[in-house]
Amino acid sequence: MNLSRTARTGLWAALAAGLGVIYVPLLVVVLNSFNADRTFGWPPPGFTLKWWSAAWRSSGVRDALWTSVQAGLVATAIALTLGTMAAFAVQRYRFFGRDTVSLLIVLPIALPGIVTGIALSNTFRAVLGIELGLMTVIIGHATFCVVTVYNNVLARLRRLGMSAEEASADLGADTFTTFRLVTFPMMRSALLAGGLLAFALSFDEIIVTTFTSGAGVRTLPIWIFENLFRPNQAPVVNVVAAALIVLSVIPIYLAQRLTGQDSR
Amino acid sequence: MFPFMPDHAVSLRGLRKSFGSVEAVAGVDLDIADGEFFAMLGPSGSGKTTVLRMIAGFESPTEGSVLLGGREVTRLAPFERDVNTVFQDYALFPHMSVLENVEYGLRVKKIPKRREKALEALESVRLAGMEKRRPGQLSGGQRQRVALARALVNRPRVLLLDEPLGALDLKLREEMQVELKAIQREVGITFLFVTHDQEEALTMSDRVAVFNQGRVEQVGSPSEVYERPASVFVAGFVGTSNLISGEASTAVIGREGTFSIRPEKLRLLGEAEEVPDDQHSATGTVSEVVYAGPATRFVVDLDAGGRLIALQQNQQTSSMDVLGLRGSRVRLAWQRRHEFEIA
Repeated sequence: MNLSRTARTGLWAALAAGLGVIYVPLLVVVLNSFNADRTFGWPPPGFTLKWWSAAWRSSGVRDALWTSVQAGLVATAIALTLGTMAAFAVQRYRFFGRDTVSLLIVLPIALPGIVTGIALSNTFRAVLGIELGLMTVIIGHATFCVVTVYNNVLARLRRLGMSAEEASADLGADTFTTFRLVTFPMMRSALLAGGLLAFALSFDEIIVTTFTSGAGVRTLPIWIFENLFRPNQAPVVNVVAAALIVLSVIPIYLAQRLTGQDSR
Repeated sequence: MFPFMPDHAVSLRGLRKSFGSVEAVAGVDLDIADGEFFAMLGPSGSGKTTVLRMIAGFESPTEGSVLLGGREVTRLAPFERDVNTVFQDYALFPHMSVLENVEYGLRVKKIPKRREKALEALESVRLAGMEKRRPGQLSGGQRQRVALARALVNRPRVLLLDEPLGALDLKLREEMQVELKAIQREVGITFLFVTHDQEEALTMSDRVAVFNQGRVEQVGSPSEVYERPASVFVAGFVGTSNLISGEASTAVIGREGTFSIRPEKLRLLGEAEEVPDDQHSATGTVSEVVYAGPATRFVVDLDAGGRLIALQQNQQTSSMDVLGLRGSRVRLAWQRRHEFEIA
């Protein structure tokens, strides 16, 4: 479609303004993590790496990072297993209430985190009598991590259809061999994309985490929140925030590339 | 079955398949001989593809049985049957190279010398040198050949082909028709071929089964099916429907019934011309003239009722000559042996 010169300039300006609102503040966070001035004077009087090394030496930050990685990996593993199974069931079989099941699986990503958090916390403590800890955080994260895997796998299955698997059976492969040589390789990038998104979601989650983590369990976002208003920690908080930005961008970027590649 | 009787490559006995309340296949009996090139011809929804899928093992029949080489296989899984399929969309594995695709059947059945055999199969479909490519890098015709090589390399008892040429353009399709026929003669495997294209069925196969609404209307050689259609449906689906019936048949042929005459058997004469005793004729008015290069189609409204289409070679005539005949009075004549009564 051909646009007039004015329209094009206007649209570009709108795009720049829209993206600017999101990315300029993020850029400020990253720059400030190198700001030599402890109170973030602007423009920065100089650049330093001392906040980064301070953050690296802080045992609170390191523990929180390790907790976040553990929670993210285990929640992703659970999501991969359950999400894939659910997607196969919904796409390949007809059963009573199939559409309802599909809706119920996707719903947690739309539910307000505070509702999920309170509900899980109540059930864990009051109903089941489970003590809150890392395990309860993982279960909380898994509820919405499943959705990204489920959606990715479902879309892939829908696109692939049955014919490659039929061809495999026709050529003499039993069900297990067909899964190993045909179905799984064709699903691999969808699983990876879904898994990366799930990990990214878990890694920066704070609301559900607040309600489901016990006293000693602190993920990275929780650590930031707790230290946000302590003036002497401010530079370190900035470093952690900058690191989180980078860590979230990588999986999302990879996931996008993977799904883009396959849709050729 | 008697021991000295050769087993058929494929036998279908009272085969039925219902999807919910819809009966896709409504009782099919067929025997296909070893080494035969057999076509299942019919419009979409006539049940021919469902029959093919039941032979391959992708659908299980509601009733009836499937025999391969005399052995009952009705309840066996696809991977337990000695048949291979060339799918309509080829169903190549996108994540494997051409060679890996062709090797696949030998690989999962752990058959030795599979590289050699696969390369040989690729050569036989004229794809030597393409083995490292991915299916996504091939043209439609090349993909079709890979699908063929992937199936043939297993030397199945029967090769099933589901509209294998449907996705190709006309020129390529005509080339592949000739080639498929040559490959079949070379390997000597029974080919069972599903198509909705009557010309394809007639040019390629030894025998044709014409399907309509889940049933077989007629089985026979291409010439039998074309020249002596067993039903009004077959007369219309295989070639141009050219029927004389009701009052017209009483007036022209001398008795009541439905008769089929193929358009190229009709001769176009002047209204007053005499015809010999071994011929029938009818007068009428040319209502339409369709010039089609090598031949011309004349649509003639008969005085006795109904209309016939006559196909005439443009050997002595030009488009100017034939187009001038619109609206003129003519007589159509044909030899009696070319008219066939349809039950």
